[in-house]
Amino acid sequence: MTEEIIIAGFGGQGVLSMGKILCYSSMMQNQEVSWMPSYGPEMRGGTANVTVIISDEKISSPILNSYDTAIILNQQSLDKFEPKVKPAGTLIYDGNGITRHPERKDIKIYRVDATKEAAKMDTVKVFNMIILGAFLKIKPIVKLENVIKGLKKSLPKRYHHLIPLNQKALERGMEIVKNIIPDKIIKTSSFKKAI
Amino acid sequence: MGELRLMKGNEAIAEAAIRAGCDAYFGYPITPQSEIIEYLAAEETHKRTGMVLLQAESEIAAINMVYGAASTGKKVMTSSSSPGISLKQEGISYIAGAELPCLIVNVVRGGPGLGTIQPSQADYFQATKGGGHGDYRLIVLAPASVQEMSDFVKLAFDLAFKYRNPAMILSDGMIGQMMEKVELFDPVPRNTEFDQSWVITGKTADRERNIITSLHLESASMEKHNQELQKKYIQMQEQEVRIEKIQCEDAEFLFVAYGSSARICQKAVDLARAEGIKTGLLRPQTLFPFPTKEIEKMAGQVKGILTVELSMGQMVEDVRLAVNGKIKVEFYGRAGGMIPTPEEVLKAMKQKIIGG
Repeated sequence: MTEEIIIAGFGGQGVLSMGKILCYSSMMQNQEVSWMPSYGPEMRGGTANVTVIISDEKISSPILNSYDTAIILNQQSLDKFEPKVKPAGTLIYDGNGITRHPERKDIKIYRVDATKEAAKMDTVKVFNMIILGAFLKIKPIVKLENVIKGLKKSLPKRYHHLIPLNQKALERGMEIVKNIIPDKIIKTSSFKKAI
Repeated sequence: MGELRLMKGNEAIAEAAIRAGCDAYFGYPITPQSEIIEYLAAEETHKRTGMVLLQAESEIAAINMVYGAASTGKKVMTSSSSPGISLKQEGISYIAGAELPCLIVNVVRGGPGLGTIQPSQADYFQATKGGGHGDYRLIVLAPASVQEMSDFVKLAFDLAFKYRNPAMILSDGMIGQMMEKVELFDPVPRNTEFDQSWVITGKTADRERNIITSLHLESASMEKHNQELQKKYIQMQEQEVRIEKIQCEDAEFLFVAYGSSARICQKAVDLARAEGIKTGLLRPQTLFPFPTKEIEKMAGQVKGILTVELSMGQMVEDVRLAVNGKIKVEFYGRAGGMIPTPEEVLKAMKQKIIGG
């Protein structure tokens, strides 16, 4: 098994730490992992992305041109990475702030309204865990118990009391993720077409 | 099995230095390697092993602190990135001339000049052909994974002390910034036993004065010193070459690449093999000594070689010298922090070697 993933959004959304937790969780299952951030002279509010590869075998290139799964958290990243999902691959996105929805018909598209959902929880900081939950529902490559173990390993001890809240967010993400068929979005979102 | 951790390449270097029994680190921060000094500071090395951690006022000060501390027989290191390493070159030349062991880490960024902070391999010439003035060589190790960032720290110190010669780890922003699983080696205590007959820690009554210098005013003495240095470099070339061969057994076309570009080529090899093209990868782990003989041998097996670097073509010159015209050697590279994808690299192999 090899899963090549891009996670992309704004800086501050927890893109990099989501990738890190996914890596830690996979390590708990004795898998090989690589985490390659886009680093650059970028400021807060700029775009951030990370390439995560999880595999049963040794990983070759940590930098890729196409992905099995794209986890997309803003419009710029959707525009940039939708074309880079492999045919029959998976795209998961948060609908918040998206004006042009994904259109490809040769990939599986899922929507998870994590921003909206996070606002209903005790802290919006669990936003990325809702997304991670959604991903793990669709691609159950890591067991939930190993994600919890991964969280324990990656979070400093003073934050360990927040782990149950993170678990709740993971489970919420698993519940609310839904499959989207592009045609329907275009028809309902385009006023002209509707009349 | 050693302790498993998920670490950035830069953090792995810092942790490995502590575990290798490093006595002192002198440095000055610069992207993309500042995590090294940050990690050492966070670990409070003075409490953990007693290791000295000092942020100097400049790169030049740091390398001269390394020069001084190495003279006392201590295991010392510094790290920087391209423009910072250029500043250190005078000191590095003195250390090589004075035959002192130390570790210098260069996490390369794009140049020339102040350049960019993105990954690059454009410091190959500087690292392997001298860098500073005079006829000298560094032992140059090129890690291609976070695991090797850790392992090569120990290896670099071992080789530096074996030859009393500065060793360099030539990495780049990609390997430095990425995270991978790393198995850490068990810590060795500081002040391990080694030949200390040459150190300057205060003359005792029972021995001659030790002198550490790179100054030889008499030409004859200077030439003799150069000849002695060359003997050392030849011995390195005979004994210390390290390479990794990936899918080379039946390869018809060969990639030669080191460090991060080797990782990209490894994927290109898989992509090519999926199309039925028999490619392989030869990855030098030591850039000096360079695997000349190993590449010459492969030139008798394969039909052509593509050298891939994150530069405009530097190591390709050494590959061509090794092949000596026997087969076609071409180059593909991106510069200034741009990184080619495995698909681009395979395309270059098809256009320049297989089709050409």
